[in-house]
Amino acid sequence: MVQQPLRKRDLRQKLEILADAAKYDASCASSGTAKKNSLGGKGVGSTEGMGICHAYAPDGRCISLLKILLTNHCIFDCHYCINRKSSNAPRARFTPQEVVDLTLSFYRRNYIEGLFLSSGIVKSANHTMEQLVEVARILREEHDFRGYIHLKTIPEADTEIIHQAGLYADRVSINVELPTDQGLTRLAPDKNARQIEGAMGRTKERILTAKDERKRFRHAPRFAPAGQSTQMIIGADDASDAAIIGKASRLYGDFGLRRVYYSAFSPIPDASAVLPLKRPPLLREHRLYQSDWLMRFYGFAPEEVANAAEADGNLPLDIDPKLAWALKFRGSFPVDVNRAPREMLLRVPGLGTKAVARILASRRHRRLRLDDVARLTVSVAKVRPFICTVDWRPTFLTDRADLRGLIIQKSEQLELF
Amino acid sequence: MRVMPYAAIGAHYAVHLPAPDDFAFWRERARGLIQCDVPPDRVSWIEPGATGDLFAAEGPSRAERRMPAPPADARPVRASQRFLTLARSAALHSEPTRFALLYRVLWRLQRQPRLMEDKADPEVRRLEELAKSVRRDAHKMHAFVRFREVQEEDGTPHFVAWFEPDHHIVRAEAAFFMRRFANMRWSILTPRGSIHWDGTTMREGPPARREDAPGGDPVEELWRSYYASIFNPARLKVGAMLSEMPKKYWKNLPEAELIPQLIAGAQAREAAMVAAGARDERARPETLAKVAQGIAACRDCPIADCGTRAVAGEGPSQAALMIVGEQPGDQEDIAGRPFVGPAGQLLDEYLAAAGIERGAAYVTNAVKHFKFAWKGKHRLHQSPGAKEIDTCRWWLDAERALVRPRIVLALGASAARGLLGRTVSVNRERGQAILLGDGAELWVTVHPSYLLRLDGAAREKQAVLFAADLAMVRERLGVD
Ligand code: SF4
Repeated sequence: MVQQPLRKRDLRQKLEILADAAKYDASCASSGTAKKNSLGGKGVGSTEGMGICHAYAPDGRCISLLKILLTNHCIFDCHYCINRKSSNAPRARFTPQEVVDLTLSFYRRNYIEGLFLSSGIVKSANHTMEQLVEVARILREEHDFRGYIHLKTIPEADTEIIHQAGLYADRVSINVELPTDQGLTRLAPDKNARQIEGAMGRTKERILTAKDERKRFRHAPRFAPAGQSTQMIIGADDASDAAIIGKASRLYGDFGLRRVYYSAFSPIPDASAVLPLKRPPLLREHRLYQSDWLMRFYGFAPEEVANAAEADGNLPLDIDPKLAWALKFRGSFPVDVNRAPREMLLRVPGLGTKAVARILASRRHRRLRLDDVARLTVSVAKVRPFICTVDWRPTFLTDRADLRGLIIQKSEQLELF
Repeated sequence: MRVMPYAAIGAHYAVHLPAPDDFAFWRERARGLIQCDVPPDRVSWIEPGATGDLFAAEGPSRAERRMPAPPADARPVRASQRFLTLARSAALHSEPTRFALLYRVLWRLQRQPRLMEDKADPEVRRLEELAKSVRRDAHKMHAFVRFREVQEEDGTPHFVAWFEPDHHIVRAEAAFFMRRFANMRWSILTPRGSIHWDGTTMREGPPARREDAPGGDPVEELWRSYYASIFNPARLKVGAMLSEMPKKYWKNLPEAELIPQLIAGAQAREAAMVAAGARDERARPETLAKVAQGIAACRDCPIADCGTRAVAGEGPSQAALMIVGEQPGDQEDIAGRPFVGPAGQLLDEYLAAAGIERGAAYVTNAVKHFKFAWKGKHRLHQSPGAKEIDTCRWWLDAERALVRPRIVLALGASAARGLLGRTVSVNRERGQAILLGDGAELWVTVHPSYLLRLDGAAREKQAVLFAADLAMVRERLGVD
């Protein structure tokens, strides 16, 4: 069958609709996959561990992938979703071949690192998942594409099709959507928490098995080498930060996730009345990412991060969670930069992992003075109240009740120019 | 080249580098100078095109002739792996004093072999900073090179880009693009030199001018459409964007020309989104009377345009059972009370038969206004749409939160949607309790008006099922 060549204007309209519909998804990173390049192949593409952000949008988020939906028609009716069945959003649908062509023409011009493909559910979960897999298959098998592919998998689809997805994709993700089961029942009535977690569990098994096989047989097929991730919408239900952090850490633990993405709920056109219309401050999302970092790179336990929250279970918005923790547990400070172990240095507000590594390396050579610390850190002013050096000791600062006021940073959300 | 047997005491040396990114050449000369014990303040490092300092004025040929030769028993020069990695990057920086700094650190390394570990040392720090900006520049090149497609004479596509790096990174980064675009023919033109790949070999070319690169590509229009659509106007963060994509890069990014208008339009777009969402954030009413006032004034969905009055729920404010219908009908609208028309009377009969006291239940509707169409003089009932039910759910939720019923009985699919937020098949879900978020039990059955539309055997069959559903609810009510 010969396909009618598509008019460019139509393609552009579809792209506008189907990119617009994908913009609420926070996940876009393209890092952490197996190294590949196109030398000796027939197509294009490489991945070198670190993903590349090819552009930045005015919302501050990086564009590294062509992030689109295959279609925004959907038989589900999730209230927070612009594509839900009862919404009046204009609808469009790509053929798999169109997505392939777009991906390749963008990739060849170095606009993107690859493709992030998601979809509304049409006909059935299986049918939709098969279409997503077909896009990845054409890219990999027919065009020998070696760039990054992230497929959103549909937990209601058959295990076998999801398995196919993992064989072509660098990363697969299954969204938990909302931090609590009640939130899910209320806002995504067609979805089921047990089904979602079941699919995550099976994907985890597959990833582990494939890694294990790969150790024994060099040619064993890879399965989602960049692992799996998930996304939670923040602020659409009333889950507190402490509850969200608890959920995220459980997900990391149970399913070996690479990333949990947070997406601050934003008002969507044609919104369901069940939702709050006011968006939560973006800072809240930012604080949650910071707390995620504290757990993944700074050795904080989830309960400790939760301890930094205020009485209502939410992290303060005006200061970062590490500073909030330090202010609550002032007894642990000041930390002696010349003697304290790594774990303790990592707790000092303003000291990042790199600065801590530099301090540890340097203090084998010299006893550090405040000047030295200033050279090793971004802002010594932030660090000073919490450390002592050969020539510095904060005698009164950490006791001052207004310390918080002293070191609070400006937190502005909107900037215009 | 004539070499001097040793370094002349107190003499100055000028080294002319053949290319600004020739690390291997620097390394070789630096090794020799250190073996001759020439201290850093006696060496000038001069890039091509640079005027250099006082000593460089002697010109390359004389300076070269004056290069000393290390003594036969000279000690080997040593440097840590860490230094080598850092120096290779830092050497590509456009800072003219970089080679002098590299030499000073290498010089010191001979006496302080662990110098590189001392991160607080100002020179080590400086070296790290230089390397860091070079890495950043390379990263930006990976990210911001934009190829444009041109056809070669033989019809093969050739991808050409124009890029303006801050540092001497072009040759070093050629391999990245080769690995990525191995099967494409491409060129990257820059003011510091150009590189060309034809699918098998890499060629270096002279510095280029912007006019040498093609001016556009039809795909850029699609790319701009994508760029404009993928960002969420409800989350403007211009500072974050600028710190990663500084303005100096914008002129060579086809999408960047959209930025000012996207930012300007964003707040308007967000406001429009909120307005389209129809309802301002408002506090939930704290009493049933306030719910009644609220719905009377509500204009949140198009049903309000029918011009009817809102019908509030009625019954004890702490009822154990809440019965939810679809919407008021013609007679309910006139009376201003729920379930007073024919369907309501039928419901009363069945409730009485099942032993449920209607007066003890809180009776309300999923949609509070009567939706109809004129047919001659009659107002003809019209089913509310999903969107209308969802909009009115806000009021139903408010009622439920106030009454806190233990059991909720949904009559028909619209009522069930008002409670569950999804399309419900009554036949599939009747006869079993569905647990609601607040712990209440939801029972779903048909709407009595459905029975009114049936007759004969079908009606009898449905009547039995309806009665059985009510009996079940009665039983659940009895369990305390
Ligand atoms: S039907 Fe409900 S949502 Fe619509 S106007 Fe009436 S009260 Fe408001």
